[in-house]
Amino acid sequence: MTQTDARTGIPALLQELRGLLPDHVLVTDPAERETYACDGLAAYRVRPALVVLVESADHVAQVLRSCARHHVPFVARGSGTGLSGGALPHADGVLVVTSRLRTLHEVRAQDQRAVVDPGVVNLAVSKAAHPHGYYFAPDPSSQQICSVGGNVAENSGGAHCLKYGFTAGHVLSLEVVTPDGEQVTLGTEAPDPPGYDLLGAFVGSEGTLGVATRATLRLTRLPEEVRTCLAGFASTDEAGAATSAIIAAGIVPAAMEIMDALAIEAAEAAVSCGYPEGAGAVLVVELDGPALEVEGELEQVRRICREQRAVEFRTATDAAERAEIWRGRKSAFAAVGRISPDYIVQDGVVPRTALPEVLREMGRISADRGVRVANVFHAGDGNLHPLVLFDADEEGATGRAEEVSGMILDLCIAHGGSITGEHGVGADKARYMPRMFEPADLDTMQLLRCAFDPDGLANPGKIYPTPRMCGERPRVVHAADEPAVGGAEVF
Amino acid sequence: MTIERLLAATCAVRPAGDEDAVDGVPSQVVARPASAQETSALLRTCSAHGLAVVVRGHGSKLGWGRPPERVDVVLETGAMAQLVEHSRGDLVATAGAGMPLSRLRHLLAGARHELVVDDLAVGRGTTAGGSTLGGAVATNLSGPRRLRAGPLRDLVIGVRLVLADGTVARAGGKVVKNVAGYDLGKLVTGSFGTLAVITEVTVRLHPEPSEVRQVHALVPRGRLAPVLAHLVAGQLAPHTLDLHARPGKDVRVSVGLGGGPGSTQRRADLLAAELSAPGLAGDAVAVADPERTDLQEVAPVVPGAAPRSTDEEVAGRPTLLTVTARLSGIPELVQVANDHGLTVTGSAGVGALRATLPEPTPVPAVLEAVAAVRAATTGLGGSTVVLDAPPAVKSALDPAGTWGPVPGLELMRRVKAQFDPGRTLAPGRFVGGL
Repeated sequence: MTQTDARTGIPALLQELRGLLPDHVLVTDPAERETYACDGLAAYRVRPALVVLVESADHVAQVLRSCARHHVPFVARGSGTGLSGGALPHADGVLVVTSRLRTLHEVRAQDQRAVVDPGVVNLAVSKAAHPHGYYFAPDPSSQQICSVGGNVAENSGGAHCLKYGFTAGHVLSLEVVTPDGEQVTLGTEAPDPPGYDLLGAFVGSEGTLGVATRATLRLTRLPEEVRTCLAGFASTDEAGAATSAIIAAGIVPAAMEIMDALAIEAAEAAVSCGYPEGAGAVLVVELDGPALEVEGELEQVRRICREQRAVEFRTATDAAERAEIWRGRKSAFAAVGRISPDYIVQDGVVPRTALPEVLREMGRISADRGVRVANVFHAGDGNLHPLVLFDADEEGATGRAEEVSGMILDLCIAHGGSITGEHGVGADKARYMPRMFEPADLDTMQLLRCAFDPDGLANPGKIYPTPRMCGERPRVVHAADEPAVGGAEVF
Repeated sequence: MTIERLLAATCAVRPAGDEDAVDGVPSQVVARPASAQETSALLRTCSAHGLAVVVRGHGSKLGWGRPPERVDVVLETGAMAQLVEHSRGDLVATAGAGMPLSRLRHLLAGARHELVVDDLAVGRGTTAGGSTLGGAVATNLSGPRRLRAGPLRDLVIGVRLVLADGTVARAGGKVVKNVAGYDLGKLVTGSFGTLAVITEVTVRLHPEPSEVRQVHALVPRGRLAPVLAHLVAGQLAPHTLDLHARPGKDVRVSVGLGGGPGSTQRRADLLAAELSAPGLAGDAVAVADPERTDLQEVAPVVPGAAPRSTDEEVAGRPTLLTVTARLSGIPELVQVANDHGLTVTGSAGVGALRATLPEPTPVPAVLEAVAAVRAATTGLGGSTVVLDAPPAVKSALDPAGTWGPVPGLELMRRVKAQFDPGRTLAPGRFVGGL
């Protein structure tokens, strides 16, 4: 498809949609369209050619059918909080905004299920389930505003996915509109529907396989007991060693988070969270489950932290103190704004055992390049969120920060990790995919894309840098290239 | 040139015997590639010559699904059975697809780690070796402890695949948290070997609990609903919540707890006291102190699996269904199944169960039972699949009769057409005759 095709496509598409959809859902005004030019990754901006504020699954199907007819690309967007540019619009395409699909259809505690529309905010599900003693386990930091549809697209995680897993483990069924405009249900409200696990493949596909219009979610029983503790250490080395020792002891905490000195400094400046003074690292551990088990585990964690030379150990005794401990951690990203005018939030993963070495190497890169890096990370699963600090007004600083940010990803790959643990590949990291995967790996993933979206209209340019055209096979196998086989013995 | 000679250039090959037939469909040769590269060469040649390939680990579940339309080559994974890596501090392991689950358990036990999957085919297959890792993934093996650790598809964090055209590809990786690229591991989990050959799998491990206890209750039928509702709504975080329901008998409900030393016993005692309340299970409650392996073998109603007591033994080749329902619908599902002579076993905490009918049941009665259970599960948000059955039953069913309604079948056809356009891999074995 060429750009010319798409540009001529939009007017025809718009004319068609005017006949099918109410006027108020079509946003054509350039200034209004500009407000949708970026998602949570503001470094990239593209004004979409058309914005549709869909109000039903039928609207989504109408838009996608029209897009297919006119060969116009489309991008779906929920709350627009994604950090990898997954909802970055296409200049010649339609932006399908699902945030008006906000109906929370039902909460059925006895079945541990909730049925919601994609624009429903993540936290709203937990709030609705809470009176019944349940919650929705995936808890990305943006959970007060991010949408379930976005969680589905990105396979969102959060601090507690160490124990409870990612969004993919909490979605039982999805109603989706495929890029040809068909409405299809993937999965059933019970587990293990017959057939290929297309649901599992769809979750985390970053909007490249279609648009989800309704989700049946798994609700998780609130734990009987939650205990949160905080340990201060001289450096991230000791904090990391404590993390490893906790895992080695057979404990699976609900969350295990580490902040380094620079991140602590930022958090203190922003919210005065009262973390141990002079600590080179803090480790936050949250344990949950049956009260009898949690008490025993807490004692073990306390002992391990002491053995790893914790300078301080405190345990929250009530919900308010627990919130206090989390306040510093949760404010860390925004807090970095207090100590640096600009920063890049990176998201990479390394095997947990490689953490100390990776942190040291990161420190060397940071010193070499003269770029400060604050570290906040989900230590339990090796998911790093380095914050690369810079001042865009300083000449060359942006370039240096981007270079350091990229070097951190290379470090993750070199240690057998991943270029993204929860923010997604999106527009931001597509160029790194060939560093993590071989061409054959990417081509094989593309086969799934071709089954859903042969024309490449769904969120093109995301995840995969230069996808092969569908139908184009690099290695067609011909019998003529193979040893000859004589007749009947074979067939 | 014979197939054997043709394929001998790619890997070890031998002529197939009667025992190598796949669900009654004879094969010509058995090929045993020792690497992804050999698998690639083998599949490339098979594709070029239109040979149909069925993957086999120990063959313990090879009768599951539909009989393939044709089989030329049985691809045995036994020469790809090595433990590639057990990264203790990371709680992940990578092994060849041919790795037996029983051996993997043994290899991980030293670190007190485990892959939390229950082998429901213990003692079956060649050398009575039970499931291999690849076979477990290909059939999405699901057992009691799934309540604790999630389905196998969530424990698979990386795969190495060989496509029918010989392409060797990898997806996922060896870190648990990873959202880079499509999750092809989930796509091939439960695909019955019809999309690609899995040669290597990386899995997430869990620490073994220090102590495990089981609470068993014999529940009168009328009280099954309140007992299950009570357990589901509790905050016990049980590792298993299984039931075993035979026609005309009280239902055995088993709750498995795992945790710290001492605390687990105390929790089990508390639970037993709770369940003994009038209106719940009454007096028929017992706390068991099993060898920890009993936790995974509490429900051995899959044919041939080593049963714990003779009265649970299912002779011959019974009709085996997987049945699912929303949690609150399980008592109704159990009742319908029992009324039609089926024994029901499985996770009442997850909503994934199995139902069996003994082999001597006349075919029309089997079909009637399947239809009745399917109607029930469909109404309860779930599904019914005829996983295995005697040949007479299987031949009386078409793909729709075997698999029931399949949401998204048309998309699945398109996926199959992309991954295996020549239908080289187990043609006809899966949904919709794929």
